[in-house]
Amino acid sequence: MTSFDIAVAVEKVIKRYGSVTALHGVSLDIRENEFFTLLGPSGCGKTTLLRAIAGFEDVSEGRILLKGQDLTGLPPHKRPVNTVFQQYALFPHMTVTENVLFGLLRKGWSRQDAVRRAQDVLALVQLSDFANRKPTQMSGGQQQRVALARALAPRPEVLLLDEPLSALDLKLRQAVRLELKALQRETGIAFIFVTHDQEEALTMSDRIAVMSNGHVQQVGSPKEIYEAPTNRFVADFIGETNLLDVTVQSISDGVATVLLPGDKPFTCPAAAVLDAGSGHLSVRPERISLCAEPLAHLSATVTGHTYLGTDIQLHVRLVDGEAMTVRLQNAESTVVPATGAHIGLNLEAGAARLLAD
Amino acid sequence: MAAKLDLRRFPGFLAITILCLVVLYAPLAVVAVYSFNASTSITNWGGTSLTWYVDVFTGPEAPKFQKAALNSFVIAVCAASIATIIATAAAVAMTRAGRFRGKTLGFALINLPLMVPEVVTAVASLVFFSAIGFTTGLMTILVAHTVFCIPFAYLPIAARMQSIPDQYEQAAMDLYATPSEAFRLVLLPLMTPGVLSGFLLAFIISLDDFLITNFVKGAGIETLPTAIFGSVKQGIKPNIMAISTLMLGVSVVFVSLSWLIGRMGQDKKQAS
Repeated sequence: MTSFDIAVAVEKVIKRYGSVTALHGVSLDIRENEFFTLLGPSGCGKTTLLRAIAGFEDVSEGRILLKGQDLTGLPPHKRPVNTVFQQYALFPHMTVTENVLFGLLRKGWSRQDAVRRAQDVLALVQLSDFANRKPTQMSGGQQQRVALARALAPRPEVLLLDEPLSALDLKLRQAVRLELKALQRETGIAFIFVTHDQEEALTMSDRIAVMSNGHVQQVGSPKEIYEAPTNRFVADFIGETNLLDVTVQSISDGVATVLLPGDKPFTCPAAAVLDAGSGHLSVRPERISLCAEPLAHLSATVTGHTYLGTDIQLHVRLVDGEAMTVRLQNAESTVVPATGAHIGLNLEAGAARLLAD
Repeated sequence: MAAKLDLRRFPGFLAITILCLVVLYAPLAVVAVYSFNASTSITNWGGTSLTWYVDVFTGPEAPKFQKAALNSFVIAVCAASIATIIATAAAVAMTRAGRFRGKTLGFALINLPLMVPEVVTAVASLVFFSAIGFTTGLMTILVAHTVFCIPFAYLPIAARMQSIPDQYEQAAMDLYATPSEAFRLVLLPLMTPGVLSGFLLAFIISLDDFLITNFVKGAGIETLPTAIFGSVKQGIKPNIMAISTLMLGVSVVFVSLSWLIGRMGQDKKQAS
């Protein structure tokens, strides 16, 4: 990576509010032309970081660079980034066009150029027919597109999105995900997207930074985050997982041999920094299959099941008393074991991963 | 809603309601009705006529009342305008600056004129003006009115401000507006219903103030309320009723406007 490939560099940023620390020395590189997501539960610092990039929060320590330029001390109106706000914050006393023109005119565009640009951007988000409406006369989905158009119009270096889909209903949200992703490709700028919704993050992002308690837990592609979580928090937060207490026998070159509950040995990849001893084995519920008991990695007793439509969630208890869930695809051939039945569970190779706490 | 008490079933509800309404509004009704009396008597009905309204504008006391009305109007417009500007600034500071030292004290100080007995304010103003050697006249009335108008202008403006999330200004600044542009182009238009409502309320409070005005006005300067009081001291004539009814009308119109504008803003907000 050469330095000009980085759109936003966050360097050891610390943010304190009085005695509370919201960001504990966060460092991130967001590349040009990528869809980058800050993912985490509420209070993890993701919105604080976004607001620090936009200029609404000062950082206590560290600095943020935009294309190599230090943003420290620069007020929001002097930063070439634009934000799509959670509740859109469309100016209710202006029409859609006036909303889109606002940033262009403040930035010093001539009225003629600005009007042309506004038309182009409204066409891009398919709102040309609504140019003279007031935002209050539009649906949530349309308002969201106005907010996008308004933020994209002044050609920001980076677009910041603060949970822009959370105000939409489920069906619409799914459609908008694809549109957003396409829009990012089309504009060719970096999008920094904040969400607490892991499904949103997985479906749209090029890379995800998982955050909790003001720390970045892991940065990686959706596949890396899901399939190779580096710690227990990430494994637990992204998707569903079973975390089993296991005894580690040996670790070398990122491959560990562990003793499963019931004392069968199992070989699996291990997260980078780990000592031998005990650890947590993360097993995705959809990577477990049922099999005859003698051949199985684990023996279990069925405690019940939940019908989920596409899947059936099977609840089981292991010999050492630990609870696990297994996902069975709801195919015609699927036989759901009865409650109380003794079954064997087979872990797919590479389906499980040894994690630190 | 179902759990709410049905007050109408309380014993004596009807009687108390009627009593209150009569005490509050009967005098106003009497004044309004008798202002249309053709007779010079204020107690005997002599038929309906507009005589006294004509008398207000053309009668022997007309020049005096016209001058007083003009004074009242000029003072009310100026005092309400200045008070509205100060109240707007105060409301922005109180709702946007977050917590700061002395915020509660500031709030109390802004609203103090609502709580201090008016006669105390009146005496204090008079003492203050004479202490600094300020010649009493229109100017002293204007200053005193501006001060007690501030809380009346402040309350609707602050109420409006509290319903405007600060995301709007942030969005404006995110879109390259300087803080002053963000205020002028985004916050102020959104505040307008509150500001207008506050102005109208301050205007009407200034227009009908008697007590403070009477203390701080200079010799020979009258506002409408002091002129009416001066006239009444020589006996109540029906033209006073006509003037009072006109003032009542103006008050009702302004207060209704203030309320309607305030509500209009609310509706708009709920629609968004």
